[in-house]
Amino acid sequence: MELSLYERMRNKLIKTKDNFKEKIENVMYLGNFDDDFFEELEETLILTDLGAESAMKITEQLRKKIIETHAKTKEEVMGFLKDILTDMVSVEGKPQTTPMIMMVVGVNGVGKTTTIAKLASRYKKEGKKVMVAAGDTFRAAATEQLEEWSKRVGVEIIKSTKGADPSSVVFDAIGAAKARKTDILICDTAGRLHNKVNLMKELEKISRIVNREGDGFNIHNLMVLDATTGQNALNQAKVFHDCVEISGIVLTKLDGTSKGGIAISIIDEMQIPIEYVGIGEKQEDLIEFDPKKFVDLLFE
Amino acid sequence: MIFEGLNEKFQNIFSQLKRKGKLNEKDIQAASREIKLALLEADVNFKVVKQFTKKISERAVGQEVLNSLTPGQQFIKIVNDELTSLLGGEIERMDFINGRPNVFMMVGLQGAGKTTTAGKVANLLRKEKKFKPLLVACDVYRPAAIKQLEILGEELNIDVYSEHDVKDPVGIAKRGLKKSEEGHYDLVIFDTAGRLQIDEALMEELVNIKKAILPTEILLTVDAMTGQESVNVANEFNRLLEITGVILTKLDGDTRGGAALSITYTTGKSIKYIGTGEKLTDIELFYPDRMASRILGMGDVLSFIDKAQSMMDEETSKKLEEKIRNQEFDLNDFLDQIKQIESMGSMNSLLEMIPGANKKALKNVDLSGADTKRTEAIILSMTKEERHKPGMINAGRRKRIAFGSGTKVADVNRLLKGFEQSKKMMKQMSNPNLAKKGRMKLPFM
Ligand SMILES: Nc1nc2c(ncn2[C@@H]2O[C@H](COP(=O)(O)OP(=O)(O)OP(=O)(O)O)[C@@H](O)[C@H]2O)c(=O)[nH]1
Ligand SMILES: [Mg+2]
Repeated sequence: MELSLYERMRNKLIKTKDNFKEKIENVMYLGNFDDDFFEELEETLILTDLGAESAMKITEQLRKKIIETHAKTKEEVMGFLKDILTDMVSVEGKPQTTPMIMMVVGVNGVGKTTTIAKLASRYKKEGKKVMVAAGDTFRAAATEQLEEWSKRVGVEIIKSTKGADPSSVVFDAIGAAKARKTDILICDTAGRLHNKVNLMKELEKISRIVNREGDGFNIHNLMVLDATTGQNALNQAKVFHDCVEISGIVLTKLDGTSKGGIAISIIDEMQIPIEYVGIGEKQEDLIEFDPKKFVDLLFE
Repeated sequence: MIFEGLNEKFQNIFSQLKRKGKLNEKDIQAASREIKLALLEADVNFKVVKQFTKKISERAVGQEVLNSLTPGQQFIKIVNDELTSLLGGEIERMDFINGRPNVFMMVGLQGAGKTTTAGKVANLLRKEKKFKPLLVACDVYRPAAIKQLEILGEELNIDVYSEHDVKDPVGIAKRGLKKSEEGHYDLVIFDTAGRLQIDEALMEELVNIKKAILPTEILLTVDAMTGQESVNVANEFNRLLEITGVILTKLDGDTRGGAALSITYTTGKSIKYIGTGEKLTDIELFYPDRMASRILGMGDVLSFIDKAQSMMDEETSKKLEEKIRNQEFDLNDFLDQIKQIESMGSMNSLLEMIPGANKKALKNVDLSGADTKRTEAIILSMTKEERHKPGMINAGRRKRIAFGSGTKVADVNRLLKGFEQSKKMMKQMSNPNLAKKGRMKLPFM
């Protein structure tokens, strides 16, 4: 199952015309690792949104390694590059013991609500008792959106009316989850830009409720990141982490042409693992993140 | 602030340059690299960055360095001017046809903000152009997308055409257009589902909607936080649909918004509006100059340079410089300067622009805006003589001045210390080498 999903993802990635691997291949075609080579490698990395700083850092590491080992072949160099990147994205995740409360956060439009549907569907298939909470009481039809998903997936939803206090929705949901012996409660939150102090305070408050009421639950805060996002994602991750302590990241929209390179910089800098990857708009379009496979895919 | 970094780097790069008077190739190469990094940090597409910096270098080589500016600032100005003209080169505000309905079509990736923006545009044009708008819900895919538009319509009191349980967006679009004709609406905005530009089937659907409604504007909605892919996204939407303009959303965030440059640079299509918040009134016209400064991370500093330049005429600055050199700069001049700068805005940011200004030294010279009134009061409580020769202000005089100005002795002390420090700093900066070359126009110099 997992493998075929990766195959699907690979197919989707390969569909993009100028994919990473092809470029690296071109760069390495001549087999001489001179300044031009490193410059082009840097460019290739930057085009994945990894950021100039990280790109230079990686290129420098590779340069050192090549000098150290007197590497000559394309294969060797490719291997080093993959190792460097795999190292960067390999971070131990938090064990997902149940009962668990997941709070899903992120800026506007990244795919939070859809990801919740995907997660709910996944856990349900694993035989877990899942409940979702419509914690976005702000955006028009946000509750209706999650409600529609909960019907499609077949999980229970706790909701309130537009404009209600999101903390109270989450409070009610935790009560319901306890009463019904739910394994996993997933709370939606309204999208918010990380530089809006009031909205971040509101999120902090929701988080406080979760921590206080969720006694006995494994609390797991997921941040959703859109792979299309550029360097700003790093700011986002930092500020959200300061606010609610993120324990995992979901990288969405990898079915597009974006490579999500910024995620590499984020993991490297913050040591928060990516747990899942979104590769489409359907329930089943969510796969577990695997650092090695992720890096391999970049070069496929 | 990125600008500090950039500015500082430029100062190092160009430190030798005042003497040469002209920007040479080597300096420019180094400076171009910094610009390149700044633009990449802002998410401008790499290929665009490359072409852009090449252009800048060509323009900058051999340029006279204006006496009024340091070479670093001169270079920033060139970059900024070029950026502004690229962002706004062909900026045309939307054309509105009267008599026939204006037909707008919103397109873009998932999560870009099309639905909300459709509501904002309808609301804005109803207010500004007195249009009677209609919104048409063509997103049949995302759960509750139709409901979302309906709720927006309700909140704004704008009519919405929608069909539930119909999965044919082209049909809905056609019937929506028909309704707009029958209902004598003069603006119809079609909200479409977000889609990936590489999704052939869904892109084809957009082409069909376009054929069915013949829009007067096709507006690509792009998230301002978009990274390197903005170019591919915009190019593909433009290739298949021939967009007429762009709306950049979520600019209320702290992203530098380099996508704006990537998109205008590669498609030649201008940005019509920007989204600046979640409220339905948070929409503004696009201003290229502001966006340029934002991308470079310079905030308002450029306008400071301009203002400082225009406010200090040759004559005054010559006199001032002489005073500094002859150590005649006194508290009267100090007050003049403070007042002048205050009229330009934040003082500290201006101080930071002083070429060669030592950041650490500046920390002690706290001249933040809140202090200006107090500073003024203190100086005005001094006698003429005291203002001219601050050295004579002893403990007794300080007490009197504090009392007279309604401040504390500590405040008077702080001001005098700050004055001494600024004086020292100015003396350092007006070294004979620079003075020979020409006058510097910035206050405090
Ligand atoms: N192609 C693709 N689209 C996705 C993916 N995940 C989500 N989307 C789409 O992105 C759009 C926004 O998704 P939502 O789940 O509503 O995003 P959100 O973060 O909840 O949005 P707000 O609550 O408005 O902040 C929808 O059209 C989703 O179908 C993905 O992995 N791939
Ligand atoms: Mg949502």
